[in-house]
Amino acid sequence: MVDVASQKIDMAVDLGGIRMRNPVTVASGTFGYGQEYAGLVDVTRLGAITVKGIRLGEWAGNPLPRHVEVPGGMLNAIGLQGPGVEGFAREYMPFLRSTGVPVIVNIWGTDENEYAEVARRLSDVEGVSGLELNISCPNVKEGGNAFGTDPRTVAALVAAVRRATKLPLIPKLAPNVPDIKVFVRAAQDAGADALSMINTLPAMAIDIESKRPILANKVGGLSGSAIHPVAVKLVWEAAKVAQVPILAMGGIMGPEQAIEFMLAGAAAVAVGTANFIDPSVSLRVIDGIEAYMRRHGMGSLRELTGAVVCD
Amino acid sequence: MVDMLCEVLGHKPLTEVYWELDIAAPDIAEQARPGQFVHVRVPGLEAVSLRRPFSIFGAEGGTLKILYKNVGRGTAEMTRLSAGDRLQVIGPLGNGFPLCAEGVPVLVAGGYGVAPLFFLAGRLERKGVVLIGGRTAADILARDDFERIGWRVQVATQDGSLGTEGLVTDLLDKELAGVCAEGDAAEFFACGPEGMLRAVGERAVAAGLRGWLSLDKRMVCGVGACLACVQKLRRADGSTWIGRVCHDGPVFEAREIVW
Repeated sequence: MVDVASQKIDMAVDLGGIRMRNPVTVASGTFGYGQEYAGLVDVTRLGAITVKGIRLGEWAGNPLPRHVEVPGGMLNAIGLQGPGVEGFAREYMPFLRSTGVPVIVNIWGTDENEYAEVARRLSDVEGVSGLELNISCPNVKEGGNAFGTDPRTVAALVAAVRRATKLPLIPKLAPNVPDIKVFVRAAQDAGADALSMINTLPAMAIDIESKRPILANKVGGLSGSAIHPVAVKLVWEAAKVAQVPILAMGGIMGPEQAIEFMLAGAAAVAVGTANFIDPSVSLRVIDGIEAYMRRHGMGSLRELTGAVVCD
Repeated sequence: MVDMLCEVLGHKPLTEVYWELDIAAPDIAEQARPGQFVHVRVPGLEAVSLRRPFSIFGAEGGTLKILYKNVGRGTAEMTRLSAGDRLQVIGPLGNGFPLCAEGVPVLVAGGYGVAPLFFLAGRLERKGVVLIGGRTAADILARDDFERIGWRVQVATQDGSLGTEGLVTDLLDKELAGVCAEGDAAEFFACGPEGMLRAVGERAVAAGLRGWLSLDKRMVCGVGACLACVQKLRRADGSTWIGRVCHDGPVFEAREIVW
């Protein structure tokens, strides 16, 4: 009989060329640039740090209110406020490099050229391990979700960025599409090294007394527990045709939801909204996945990814 | 800044809607400065609710005091807490007020805005006057607390049910005239609704005095990561930037804020 208690468990995963010591990162926009949480959480234990979305230049984002709590989660319409490539490299990369943890930079632009230029410039920044392409943000008028819901645009965008960089590319797919498999194929055929899914779901909340939308941007992105089952189904569908690893996110509040994603076919996971409630939740997720694998006699993540049993 | 599980030591209603919560939080209480806040995971709603930020009302001997108003789902759930219950608290967060004033410190509070100002009153080098405003007498809190530590208190209510009828800024205008007549300087410290803060700030700028305003914005992360509680600000050279109220504030000097 195998002695499971002392069995060595390999938590490492290669996410399209990004070598993570464990399969847990944080979702873009929910963990700042890592340093904001460094006083509360040992960020060096994360599998990777995924930072807030940046474009070429500084960007002010949307007016307030930028968020509202809703049952099962929250809506946000931050609008991708950020320091631009230069500001990011100067202000935030020194700390990120010091962590020794792979850094995934979420990037966006208003057209193909800007995405490619951001990617090109980040290729020269020491310590950047990979790029998550934000082609599905519901909160910016230009680009954003409009890019992510047309497979031809996704293919063209990924191809353009592919030509601009050798860094691992991880397009972040929009959930609000009729058939996710079409987008999986479009992205991987265009040169994606991994796929990130899902972005927030386009959503809205109205104040019934003032009769006005609560968010200044009127609409926003829904995140949190409410979207988890939606995301699991999309990851499961995507995994059927994906030839590259999937980074799954959407409503992970603890280890259980992360394990669910991995059973559905994810190679790695990102914790998002839960960081706001419990900054240490990602570390609990890492420990919880390891404990689960031990309990189920799994020695490596390959035994967990896609292990869902569908008779 | 720590994230710790704290035991409730005491919890009592001050009026129908205002509560005082005392928790054992030695690490936070020791570091806390007036104007800073704590970010609380609401017991009973841990799994489904964002944290709620609260100004620090007092911090002594390892006990942290919070004064809050029951305004919604989170605070309604909090009113059920009793001694011995535990809650997860991050703090202290934010920058806080400066502790030495030029001239007479004039504290201006709107409603539960008294909370950080009472903590401040106990730590400022010089005693002064506190002006408390509210809609009705039921919104006037901590009056005796300020008097007990040697501060002069003036009250204004919009319905005239306590103190002067009118706005707290009416009191401020009178106070300012008095201070100026005596040839003294003054410095403002304010916490309350945005309209009040703005009015206090305008008076500080007009009188050439410093005005420290503690902004009350809805927050998500509390640590500067999510960019939900931002405020447009002005640097000394006139250029503008977008600050995070939770991390770069919540206290800003009146001239910094671009309303």
